[in-house]
Amino acid sequence: MQSFDLETEGLRALNKTLHAQAETTNQTVWEITNPKGSHAIAVGLDAPIEVNVKGSTGYYCAGMNKQATVHIHGSAGPGTGENMMSGKIIIEGDASQYLGATAHGGLIVVKGNASSRCGISMKGVNIVVQGNIGHMSAFMGQSGNLVVLGDAGDALGDSCYEARFFVRGAVKSLGADCEKKEMRPEHIEFLKDILAEAGMEAKPEEFTRYGSARNLYNFDVDNAGAY
Amino acid sequence: MCGIVGLFLKDPTLEPRLGDMLTDMLITMTDRGPDSAGIAIYGGETKSSTKLTVQSDTPGVDFDTLENDVRKAVKGKVSMSITDTHAVLTIQSDQVAATRAYLKSNHPNVRVMSHGDSLQIYKEVGLPKDVAARFDLRSMSGTHGIGHTRMATESAVTTMGAHPFNTGPDQCLVHNGSLSNHNSLRRKLRRNGVHIETENDTEVGAAYLTWRMQNGATLGEALQSSLTDLDGFFTFVVGTKDGFGVVRDPIACKPAVMAETDQYVAFGSEYRALVNLPGIETARVWEPEPATVYFWSHDTAPTAKAA
Repeated sequence: MQSFDLETEGLRALNKTLHAQAETTNQTVWEITNPKGSHAIAVGLDAPIEVNVKGSTGYYCAGMNKQATVHIHGSAGPGTGENMMSGKIIIEGDASQYLGATAHGGLIVVKGNASSRCGISMKGVNIVVQGNIGHMSAFMGQSGNLVVLGDAGDALGDSCYEARFFVRGAVKSLGADCEKKEMRPEHIEFLKDILAEAGMEAKPEEFTRYGSARNLYNFDVDNAGAY
Repeated sequence: MCGIVGLFLKDPTLEPRLGDMLTDMLITMTDRGPDSAGIAIYGGETKSSTKLTVQSDTPGVDFDTLENDVRKAVKGKVSMSITDTHAVLTIQSDQVAATRAYLKSNHPNVRVMSHGDSLQIYKEVGLPKDVAARFDLRSMSGTHGIGHTRMATESAVTTMGAHPFNTGPDQCLVHNGSLSNHNSLRRKLRRNGVHIETENDTEVGAAYLTWRMQNGATLGEALQSSLTDLDGFFTFVVGTKDGFGVVRDPIACKPAVMAETDQYVAFGSEYRALVNLPGIETARVWEPEPATVYFWSHDTAPTAKAA
């Protein structure tokens, strides 16, 4: 295992070192100490490596991630996993605003709660939150799945496209053009798999599915009030 | 952007270190606000006396005879201590209005930054580390304090545009965000006789709270109604004689992190600002909810409470 003390070695050196890891690297496991809420830790990775961050992170940790697994042993700051393409992010604590914003792929697992705008404009990522999520989550979500074992805040899925939301607890309110949907066998199957992958125990049957009512895809003057 | 830090001590043994801890937090928030910095610090209350923190751009001239001049003009004991561009005048509690009126007509270059039994406000243009050094913030002790680092968006980088703003006796406000209806609200408040000095949006927010409280609202009620009457982005932290309060607008784009242990309640725009506080590893850390007014108080009968 490779160790890296962020406090003594600095952020640029860390990200440069991690970027230098190729597909075939044999330095596959990294540990970062003293993150102390620093911004942009382990952004832009593109190698099948595992990065363990021993503490809480600031803005944009693991942003633009490809292939790598980034495991945050603490809470994560705003914009964590923004625009992720593939790979995995595991957050042991809570996640701040706009977790996984615009992310195209991969899996994000939060063991605590996620704040407002979780999965905003998601484009294919899967996000699993053990606790609750804040208001305006999955705003304009286009593709991918947001799975919440707890409750959702106001305006879930506002102006969403084809992203799917599965919530086990209560939803404070649904956003414009987001509606409750039927749980079909393929959704139960999907939840079984994603919960297993996220390492979480919950009965798929307890979830409710939400998604787009598809009324606001094209502008219609009769819907003007809903925009 | 702007950065906010706040520290409310539950453990009195930490009081001598308040300035030191707040200064570290403030300097960590330099990236969020390198234009100006300010701090409001509460402590050192003496019975029946009030502190007036005043500022001058030419302290050498203006502060030279100020103590004696005020002593001649108002009743009771007057003392003054100068720190760089700021000075704290300690006067008899019933002489605040008289002192302010005297300063206004006889020392127009001396500006009142704050008044209150325990509140002092220090703020200047410059990097937070330089501002902290000018006022020797590290050496200050107290029960609680609030700091602000400014990145100006709505108005000029000046001392009077820096935060915290004094909203009433022993009350202050710092703001991260921008208010979009400050021009119309300023006109409305001015029509109601409220004095607003600058074109700064936060000063309007502060004047709004002052005006609401002058008309009978508690601080908690004033903050609650700010959620309806102020348009724009804000995370506000307000200081009161015995504690501090936090409120975020309903959209809550502007970041806020809180931490609580048996020893303190701390506020930071980012978790980074809190990382060197004692026991942070085991503290309860959370984000305050949008459109919700929070208060922490030293007093079992606080001067302010959530509406």
